[in-house]
Amino acid sequence: MPTPVIDALTLQRTLQRISHEIVERNPDDSQFVLVGIQRGGVPVARRLAAILADILGRPVPCGAIDVTFHRDDLDRRAAPVIYPTEIPGDINGRTVVLVDDVLYTGRTIRAALDALHEFGRPRRVQLAVLVDRGHRELPIKADFVGKNIPTSVKDSVEVQLMESDGSDAVYLFGPAA
Amino acid sequence: MTWNRKHLLDLQNMAAAEITHVLDTAREFKTVGERSIKKVPALRGKTVVNFFVEPSTRTRISFELAALRLSADVINFSAEASSLKKGETLRDTARNLEALNADVIIIRHSASGAPHFLARFLNAHVVNAGDGAHEHPTQGLLDAFTIRERKGRIEGLNVTILGDILYSRVARSNIWALTKLGARVTLCGPPTLVPKCFESFAPNVRVTWNIDEALKGADVVNLLRIQHERQKASMFPSTSEYAALFGLNEARMKQVKPDALIMHPGPINRGVEIDSSVADGLQSVILEQVTNGLAVRMATLFLVNGGRGFSVAG
Repeated sequence: MPTPVIDALTLQRTLQRISHEIVERNPDDSQFVLVGIQRGGVPVARRLAAILADILGRPVPCGAIDVTFHRDDLDRRAAPVIYPTEIPGDINGRTVVLVDDVLYTGRTIRAALDALHEFGRPRRVQLAVLVDRGHRELPIKADFVGKNIPTSVKDSVEVQLMESDGSDAVYLFGPAA
Repeated sequence: MTWNRKHLLDLQNMAAAEITHVLDTAREFKTVGERSIKKVPALRGKTVVNFFVEPSTRTRISFELAALRLSADVINFSAEASSLKKGETLRDTARNLEALNADVIIIRHSASGAPHFLARFLNAHVVNAGDGAHEHPTQGLLDAFTIRERKGRIEGLNVTILGDILYSRVARSNIWALTKLGARVTLCGPPTLVPKCFESFAPNVRVTWNIDEALKGADVVNLLRIQHERQKASMFPSTSEYAALFGLNEARMKQVKPDALIMHPGPINRGVEIDSSVADGLQSVILEQVTNGLAVRMATLFLVNGGRGFSVAG
C-alpha cells in the first residue's frame, strides 16, 4: 500500500474538527440531522453522529439517502445497485447536514438535493465531506471540508473506514497503468 | 453484480444472480411506494409503450403505474384499437411504435416468443408482459419477491403450484425463478392440465395429481386460475368437480405448514380454485403480490434502461 494522504489518527481528528464546526455553525439549532449519501457517505455520517452525540450529550439523528433515481447518467452506464434510503424523522423545518466521503464533480450532491426534497422542505441544507478533490462541474461548494486534495481527473481517491475496510485511511492513486 | 441486459424476455435464460439483483432493486423501489411523494425522476423523458395485443387489465395497469412512478411518459396500445385488426403485421406495428421514439416496448401477446421476435429487430428495450403459455417473467419475479420478503429466503422451501399448469405462463416463470433460487417445486392439478414432462424443467420439480400429497409440508401454495380461454377442449368434467378435487378450502389448509403462504396471481375465482375463507385469510398474501408487482416492474424498467458496461460507484 502507498502512504495514505490521510492516516488513521488524522482522519479521526478531522472528523472531530468537522463535528465541532457543525456545532459551531448551528448554535441556534439543536435540531440538525445528518444524512449520509449512499454508499461512501453513510459510514462517515455515522462517525460524525457518534462524535456529535459525545459533544452535545444527546443522540444525533443520522440517516442515509440513495441518489440513484435522481442521477443524470442512467443510460450512460449499467444500472447501479440501489441501497436503502432512511430519512430520520421529519426533515421539514430542520437543518440537514448532507455527508459524503469525496466531493468531486458535484453531480451526486445535485442529485442528493433533489432526492432530499422529496421528503420535505428542510430549513437549510449544509454539506460535509471528508475529501474535496476539486473538478466541480456544477456550482456546488461544501460547508465543512476534511481535507482539500488537489487531483488530476485520472487519479482516484479511495476512502477506507474501519466499519467497511478494517482501517481508517485515505489514499490517492495515480492513473492505472 | 453488473446488470447488462437490454431486454427482459424470460426467466429461463436468466442466472440466479440476475434474478436476485432484480429482487434487491425492487426492495428499494417498494420503499418509494411508501413515501408521500411516490414518484422518482429515474426515467424522466423516456417513452414507454404498453403494447398489449392480448387483453389485460391488472398487468397493464401495474406496468403503467410503474412507468409513471419513474416519471416516464406512457402510451397504452391495445389490440382492439390497433392496425393489427386491419391486417398490419406485428413487426410493422412494432416498428411504427419505435418510429415514435419509444424507448421501451412492453408486450403481451398470445403467441409464445413474440417478445423475443421483437427484440431481434427493435432498438427499443423489450419487456415481456406475458407471451402465450410461455412465460410471464415479471409475475415470476414478483412471486419470488413476495416469498423472499415473507419467508426471508427461497432456498430450501417447498412451493406447491396448484391448478392449470399446462396453459400457464405464470407456472413456467415461477418454476424457473424458484428452482434457480433453490426451492423445491411441486406441481399439482388434474392430469390433463399437469403433464409429467414438467419434471424435466429442473431437478427440483415434482409432479403429483394427488392434492393431499402436494399440500403436505408446503411452505407456499401458489394457486392458478383455470384458463378456459386458452383451452382448446374441456380439460376436466366440470368446475364444481374441479373445486371438489383441487379447490383450496379450510379443510385442506390443515395439510400445509401452519405458516404457509397462500398466493394467487389473480384474478381469483372464489369457490373454484380457492374458497373465500382462504383467499381472505391471514395466510393469504394475494394483495401483497399486487403491491410487490409494482415494485418489481419499476425495478425491471429501471434496470433495462441502464446503459451497458460497468457500473461506476458514487
